Amino acid sequence: MATITLTISALPAHVRTARLMAATVARRAGIAASAIDEIRLAVGEACSRAVAAHKVHCPTQPILLQLIDSSGPDTSSETGDGTAEKLLRANGITTRRFEVVVTDCAPAKGNEESAEPPAIDGLFLDGDDTPPGGISGFSPGLGLAVITGLADEVKIDPNDDGTVVRMSWPVLPDPSPEPGAN
Amino acid sequence: MDLKLDHYTEGDTEIVVVEGEIDVYTAPRLRELLIDLVNKGNFHLVVNMEKVEFLDSTGLGVLVGGLKRVRAHDGTLDLVCTQERILKIFRITGLTKVFGIHNTVQEAIDKRSSK
Repeated sequence: MATITLTISALPAHVRTARLMAATVARRAGIAASAIDEIRLAVGEACSRAVAAHKVHCPTQPILLQLIDSSGPDTSSETGDGTAEKLLRANGITTRRFEVVVTDCAPAKGNEESAEPPAIDGLFLDGDDTPPGGISGFSPGLGLAVITGLADEVKIDPNDDGTVVRMSWPVLPDPSPEPGAN
Repeated sequence: MDLKLDHYTEGDTEIVVVEGEIDVYTAPRLRELLIDLVNKGNFHLVVNMEKVEFLDSTGLGVLVGGLKRVRAHDGTLDLVCTQERILKIFRITGLTKVFGIHNTVQEAIDKRSSK
């Protein structure tokens, strides 16, 4: 079990850093190239949601991102390339998963999740009705819908002291190893 | 890559060229541009997304907001996008039914003109 932990200030600019790191770690874990885009987008959505919630409730508190590769702690034997080894490991252990956990400190009670209007109305948050202190154009309901559509498994735990979004994907070898072949 | 925005006029249509990443950090700039164009009387917009490398729900929200604004003036907002990775997020959210999505700018203009 290898875990990388990243703590970011609740600023929109850092969401990009978070998703780039998630994509990099996922690629290193042996995630299929076709799923890297999904992970990048889902992690971006989860972090955007957390940043928006912090902006309203606790702008000075950081957001925690954990990238968990269940493939094991072994990184010492990796060569500069490492591709063959990754494929071998991925073929050998079918239950391996790559998990991303985004933890925020904004109280879930009374925040955007519970006050979320119906989905289609949520899309129109970009109008002049962006809530005071909210992030222009960001619709939390839509973000969660995207996460649910992208991640293989999703668990969202809203609590009084924050929300934990867990997303995971199976680590499978890319069916077409040629770069750029989708 | 950051977000790069440009726009030009083609007949009665304003073409917005978007390049780079549209996310929670950069989307407000696109939003401001769309608002500015509508405020200046451009009610037929085509957003060319062929060079967009990343789009999240914040970007979708901005595009829907733009659509809402032009529709208030009986206008249109069409998209040009052939990238599967970008089209996927429109499909997941069901927005393929909301936007006209075309292969080229010319196709977007022609389809509107023929309506």
